[in-house]
Amino acid sequence: MSENKETRIERRPEVAEAKQVATPAPSETPVSNEKPVEAKVNSTESKQDEVKPAEVKQVKTEKEEPVVPVVHERPHQTKEEKKRLHRIRSFKDWAMFTGYLTPSFVGVLLFFFLPLLLILKTSFQRSSTNTDFVGIQNYERVLTNDAFIAASKNTMTFAALAVPLAVIIALLLALLLNSGLPGKSIFRSILLNPMMVPVASVVLIWQVFFSFNGVMNGWGFYKLFEDHMIDWLKSDYAQLVILFLFLWKNMGYNMVLFLSALGNIPEEIIEAASLDGANALKRFFSIKMHYLASTIFFVAIMSLINSFKIFREVYLLTGDYPYDTLYMLQHYMNNAFKNLDYSKLSAGAMIMCVVMIVIVGVLFFTEAKVDSDVEG
Amino acid sequence: MENKELFEQRREEATKARRKVYTHFERDLSFFESMTEEQRDEFFKGQRIRSKRIRRTRKVTKTVFTGLGLLVAIAVSILAIVPIFYTFLNSFMSSGEISNNYGVIFQSLAGNTSKGAQYLAKTPSLIMVPQRVTFKQYLNLLLMSPTYLIKFWNSLMLVIPIVAGQMAISCLASYSFARYRRKRREILFFSYIILMLMPFQVTLVPNYMIAEKLKILDTPWAIILPGIFSTFAIFLLTKYMRQIPNAYIEAAKLDGATEWQIFTQIAVPMCKSAIIALTILLFIDYWNMVEQPLVLMANAKDLQPMSVFLSQINEAEIGIAFAASSLFMIPPLLIFLWGEEYLVEGISRSGVK
Repeated sequence: MSENKETRIERRPEVAEAKQVATPAPSETPVSNEKPVEAKVNSTESKQDEVKPAEVKQVKTEKEEPVVPVVHERPHQTKEEKKRLHRIRSFKDWAMFTGYLTPSFVGVLLFFFLPLLLILKTSFQRSSTNTDFVGIQNYERVLTNDAFIAASKNTMTFAALAVPLAVIIALLLALLLNSGLPGKSIFRSILLNPMMVPVASVVLIWQVFFSFNGVMNGWGFYKLFEDHMIDWLKSDYAQLVILFLFLWKNMGYNMVLFLSALGNIPEEIIEAASLDGANALKRFFSIKMHYLASTIFFVAIMSLINSFKIFREVYLLTGDYPYDTLYMLQHYMNNAFKNLDYSKLSAGAMIMCVVMIVIVGVLFFTEAKVDSDVEG
Repeated sequence: MENKELFEQRREEATKARRKVYTHFERDLSFFESMTEEQRDEFFKGQRIRSKRIRRTRKVTKTVFTGLGLLVAIAVSILAIVPIFYTFLNSFMSSGEISNNYGVIFQSLAGNTSKGAQYLAKTPSLIMVPQRVTFKQYLNLLLMSPTYLIKFWNSLMLVIPIVAGQMAISCLASYSFARYRRKRREILFFSYIILMLMPFQVTLVPNYMIAEKLKILDTPWAIILPGIFSTFAIFLLTKYMRQIPNAYIEAAKLDGATEWQIFTQIAVPMCKSAIIALTILLFIDYWNMVEQPLVLMANAKDLQPMSVFLSQINEAEIGIAFAASSLFMIPPLLIFLWGEEYLVEGISRSGVK
């Protein structure tokens, strides 16, 4: 590492010059006392050289091999110069990497961070034009709004059902494919397909399946639940249908993540465990789970993000005013946008922002804890 | 002390019993050596038969389990692919056949949204093969109804700039995040992650506010600009770039490469699979977008992409609906076919720490 630094320094023109100046020093006459103060500090080595040439040479020949420490070749710098050089170099680094970051940073600042501050401000105002400070009145207004409560309840319920199911089913599928099934990669590509298909394209076929006169009723699936035909998307079963659509879409992605994690588990450990008489269940829970822990969290977080996108399916299937249990937060936001009630909107967004940060924070915290358990 | 020894001994015995390891033979080696070949065969016969049987049962159970697993996997695969398949197949039906078949559904949807659908005494049957395979739907779609083509074009014009822009900017930014790791940068990176995790419901409000301030509301820019600066790609790409071995970069530096050369000739090529995978993921995500056009382009219906428009098909147009849906899913599927390996590899490595 240090050698690299040295060579890099040597490449610099100004340093090379300094070296050239410095090299004659050892060959100078022993009267080095007359030298300027700056050089004195560094020339102590060369001075020693002249005083006891024979001894030094002996020592050198003995040590020879560990390449004469390049440190001695270092150009004559005072501490201040070194500091200055270091500062220049670190500033150059900083400037360059900041340069790489700038386009993104400016954009993010302009389109996300500053507007977020703006809506934080707006959320405490009477309206976007009337800047009177009204305290937490907007928040109260949002939190006591029936539509908001219903929407957040629906969204939360959906996420609470969808995320664990997505994790568990994908994990089971990955284990199945990983258990030496022939044609693993074919199944993997097929299961990835639903992710590729735009929601808008399959909405039509879902209508054919789930509408009141649809195929599901034609096949008599309603008999599983009730004894009359069910209008799937306009009944209490709507969340089930949406849950199915969510799993259908996200299964492949999650499964691929789990497959790769399973592939990374060292086989020796599993073999050793099975030799020790651990059965499949025990092997799974006490070995594989440890290796899968971080992937499970990653999948959970990705599923959580995707669970908020279920609005797409809901909107395309049922429009602006869906059945009560399908009324999602995004519906609420859309209606608020239509009414142009900015302060309410801002307060709503801020509440969601805080809730998300808390959820994500808890997830990260748990992950860090589990991780340290695994490693420790 | 004695207790401990006893305990150790018992534990060893238990372990051996569990592993079914028998260390003590009743007979010693000379007994076997004294036997002839045949005698030995005779002596071990029972054991051989037993082990054979065990092997056979094991094989059978394994085949049964594999068969069951295959069945489940096939069932799931069929479930995954049937809707896509049907959309394609139905796009080759004549419009008469479609309204015959599926008319019921759309009548009940169109007519009685407020009262709730009515039962029309008939459910459609799913038909695998159309009675007459015809490309009429596609012809109608491509030649007779320019609206669809315009919407398709709108989609392209929104998605391509977003994906290209976001990839370019995130390559630069994630290189910076991967190489320059100071405390303040890490904090900034963490805030990027949080931003990435925010659902649309949160980020749409700031996007709307700024679009209004910049007077780009109801133009494609209102979607494109926030899309370009979205941090999703940065998060994953940084993960990749941090996996590049430091030795490579040091070696390049020794050879006198500038930072820009390191970036373009080491960092980017090494993340090729990730970049392609991310491009595919971003393309699909934005090809699919519904929330952004609904909010940011609410009053510019002509400019909205196909993803929003497809659901607004009414009964009269049901004849070409399947063809339109198929056409809309072709670009992502083509991209998927082209880059599947990269996609799988990219997704796989994104989950690894």
